[in-house]
Amino acid sequence: MDVGLLYSRIRPDEKLLLTELRERGHEVHKVDVRKATFGLDSPPEPLGECDVVLDRCMATSRSRYASRFVEHYDLPVVNSPETAKVCSDKVETTLALSEAGVPTPETTVAFTRDSALEAIEAFGYPCVLKPVVGSWGRLMAKLESRSAAEAVLEHKETLGHYEHSVFYVQQFVEKPGRDLRVLTLDGEPVAAMSRSSDHWLTNAATGAETETFEIDGEVERLAREASAAVGGGVLGVDLMELGEGAEEGYTVHEVNHTVEFKALNAAVDVDVAGEIVDWLEAEYATPTAEVES
Amino acid sequence: MSEANCVTCGGTVALPNDVEVGEIVDCGSCGTELEVVGVDPVELDEAPDLAEDWGE
Repeated sequence: MDVGLLYSRIRPDEKLLLTELRERGHEVHKVDVRKATFGLDSPPEPLGECDVVLDRCMATSRSRYASRFVEHYDLPVVNSPETAKVCSDKVETTLALSEAGVPTPETTVAFTRDSALEAIEAFGYPCVLKPVVGSWGRLMAKLESRSAAEAVLEHKETLGHYEHSVFYVQQFVEKPGRDLRVLTLDGEPVAAMSRSSDHWLTNAATGAETETFEIDGEVERLAREASAAVGGGVLGVDLMELGEGAEEGYTVHEVNHTVEFKALNAAVDVDVAGEIVDWLEAEYATPTAEVES
Repeated sequence: MSEANCVTCGGTVALPNDVEVGEIVDCGSCGTELEVVGVDPVELDEAPDLAEDWGE
């Protein structure tokens, strides 16, 4: 296969994918989106020959627009710009999950400081205030009092980009010190890990401890449904256990469309990059005619 | 294993044999985050700052 790779940084995740693709004899065409330009008529040079283009842009805006252009050129792109659009925006994700009947934390969106404070008071303390766009746990606030809520709201409104005046208020889920990450390929779960921390944030990027997690039937079902809700592709579905553990069920709080998997790869016995490339080959490789011997 | 010099402190930075353009490495001497901008020969530059919406 000829595989295009849209990137702005080669992280260990991209390195794993590149190594796997090249070891299997695939031709990889790297496109640094900081240097490439995207016109209406034809794709940046190396992409035109590609059987599939992987979007591995770190910046959300670049990911959304670059993948949209690739789709415009009628080239297959993973993940699709529709999936990127939903996953990159927490409001869109919450609505998509809710509309698909996937359990997700109770959420209220408000557009002014006063209405946001009203929403926060309705939730009670603690509750969570999140940016609608963002990752790695940045700018997340666990609000434990009205005075803290007032201060954070004022800071967001005064200092933030206009997107920070879209106030996304969410219930605080009493998870058992960990959350779960499931990597899915068009809904098929490949591997899962738990991420544990004493901190309320359990992102691997913030130093949470990771451990392999045995996927049970309920997690598998929810991961499949969450994947379908956002349009499928290569995804990282994040779930929290409600209450003390799985007996009380799960809630899906996030779906990641440029999923980082180096921590998962280290935590499980599965070769995650290998599984992704297996899937790409099955979906996008052009079958070659069998030669009779 | 190849080597290149840090653009900030001039120290030696060890690089893996399969180093890629776009890869990020840290200088062990001064801690600067560096981006590999060329591999033949290896060339380093300061890595771009984190943007607000970077990450998965």
